[in-house]
Amino acid sequence: MALKLFLQDILDVMTPEMFLQHLTNGISLGSLYALVAIGYTMVYGILRLINFAHGDIFMMATYFTFYSIVMFSIPWYVTFILVIIMTGALGMVVEASAYRPLRDAPRISILISAIGASFLLENLAIVIFGGRPKAFPAPELFTKVFMVGSVSVQRLTIIIPVVAVVLLFALLYLINNTKSGMAMRAVSKDHETARLMGVDIDRTISLTFGIGSMLAAVGGMMWGLKFPQIAPLMGVIPGLKCFIAAVVGGIGNIKGAVIGGFILGIGEIMLVALLPSLTGYRDAFAFILLIMILLFKPTGIMGEKITEKV
Amino acid sequence: MRRKSLFLLVSLLALALVVAGCSTQQAADAPKEDDVIKIGVFEPMTGANAAGGALEVEGAKLANKLYPEVLGKKVELVIVDNKSDKVEAANAAALLVEKEKVAAIIGSWGSSLSMAAGDIVRGRVPAVGASCTNPLVTKGNDWYFRVCFIDPFQGKVMANYAYSKLGARKTAIIQEVSNDYAIGLAKFYTDAFKELTGDDNSIVTVTNYNTGDLDFTAQLTNIKATNPDVIFAPGNFTESALIIKQARSLGITTPFIGGDTFETPEFVEIGGDAVEGAVFSTFFTSEKPITKESEKFLAEYRKEYNKEPAAVTALAYDAYLVILDAIERAGTTDPVALRDAIAQTQGFEGAAGIISLDENGDAVKNAVIKQVKDGQFVYLDTIEPK
Repeated sequence: MALKLFLQDILDVMTPEMFLQHLTNGISLGSLYALVAIGYTMVYGILRLINFAHGDIFMMATYFTFYSIVMFSIPWYVTFILVIIMTGALGMVVEASAYRPLRDAPRISILISAIGASFLLENLAIVIFGGRPKAFPAPELFTKVFMVGSVSVQRLTIIIPVVAVVLLFALLYLINNTKSGMAMRAVSKDHETARLMGVDIDRTISLTFGIGSMLAAVGGMMWGLKFPQIAPLMGVIPGLKCFIAAVVGGIGNIKGAVIGGFILGIGEIMLVALLPSLTGYRDAFAFILLIMILLFKPTGIMGEKITEKV
Repeated sequence: MRRKSLFLLVSLLALALVVAGCSTQQAADAPKEDDVIKIGVFEPMTGANAAGGALEVEGAKLANKLYPEVLGKKVELVIVDNKSDKVEAANAAALLVEKEKVAAIIGSWGSSLSMAAGDIVRGRVPAVGASCTNPLVTKGNDWYFRVCFIDPFQGKVMANYAYSKLGARKTAIIQEVSNDYAIGLAKFYTDAFKELTGDDNSIVTVTNYNTGDLDFTAQLTNIKATNPDVIFAPGNFTESALIIKQARSLGITTPFIGGDTFETPEFVEIGGDAVEGAVFSTFFTSEKPITKESEKFLAEYRKEYNKEPAAVTALAYDAYLVILDAIERAGTTDPVALRDAIAQTQGFEGAAGIISLDENGDAVKNAVIKQVKDGQFVYLDTIEPK
């Protein structure tokens, strides 16, 4: 009852323009979550491994971008391509050093190794780049604001969802219509059988990590453009949030990750917008959503049936 | 299996080394225990507050370089990283007190972090904060002192500025809800502003965010609807810079004002054009040296770092001098004697003004108002305590 009265107060103040502005903000944040969640979920879908280092690879990508633009004055469009390649390579190195030696170990060992890789990257970043936050160089081309009626829209708000959707379809094509994609699907079903059929497992898994890390790089650069501040621990919270988005959408399902990202982003903004007194619980909202999903629909919104994989 | 566990062990060890390597930095090779007086520097070197911590460490190091001895013994700084985290801050303070056995502690940037160390230093080692302004840092703790003014004064100064200089009658507040400094400052600002306007509704909205948040568009959209004359945004510098940036891209043109935390290079680097015109209160300006020590500090700092010093750097420098002066007067580093000597500090000429500690262990001194102009912090006004 009290809540209803409270909501009424807010709705009295809320004009349609304000609501549209909130919705725009939500879509903008949600598409960013979606973009990072795609990479997370792809690696899981193929390897059944939650790559905890994903958020830190994402962080590394923003530092690569920073140094490329600020220190070496490489134009941003060259930088973007360079960073995607470098981050992909970093992902392959992490895979080769932290996961490949544990290929036949129980899954839990690989999970622990993933956490170790995550800490290693974070602390390396503190040592190499320093703990002080740096300003991400955002070209004005992306950050310009235009007005639709009385709603302010940053160009990024349009760019990020477009990038997310394009990558989504590119990835679906890669997995469903190419030879490497077929190998990935085979590996995801059964390592041993795939190997017997002549699939080069190491190469396929390495490729999966490379592509996953490239997606993290795109997500990281978009993140940096939107929130132009980078720090060694910046990957932790996005990593967790996007993990939640992936689980909500059904981990392993790429379309689900996009939907999960939007639900999380719009939900967070609406929570703050409609119930301002609960602002402090914004992160809690994400985790409560995770718990609810795990309790009531553990496979997520678009999740596959559990039976198939065992 | 053995190979695997070995691999795990090695990676864990490597990790431990990296972590340990960045948490403690010894300033010099330790000579024999008896000839050395250790002073702990307890600051955030990593995390959200790292830029502020780095500025204070510069001040303490410079002071140590210029005044390396007391009572005929060498003074050694032991710098620990409290990682901008309340739990880590308690651990870092415990490390200084128990393992390093320091005579006194300087720091920390950030009231919450200082308060986390409060119970650990109490009864064991006196601590002198440089720029932690929340009243609760020293209140009820005889072992914590500071060389800066406190937030009730700072809140009043900014409310006065908004009311008389900006002609503001309606303020919106956006505060960092998990930060004692921001909450305190917002409260004191609110009290002062309501008194000035005589209107209980003059604070049109108070909205919150968490440390480490990146997206403030929802809060700002709500603020925009209340149409305030000024927005008071006490909180950490990175979040504050992002808030102002996002406000401008949402079409909010209202002036932003804040507290001393704005005065870090990162605030301007991250905020860019958006933070132009932002006004804040702070402790000291290099444009108006106050004492002889200020001039010496300015000259040496410019020589050493080749840039203009921030206020908090001068304060950390002062914290070191106050401790040294107290050790000299006490003639010993016995904790109780040293604490009493620090408490008696009166009329001490520091770099950031004359320091007289009141009964709570707080310095009573002027506030300075500065503004961001062309990416620089420019002096506007000096306000005296009443």
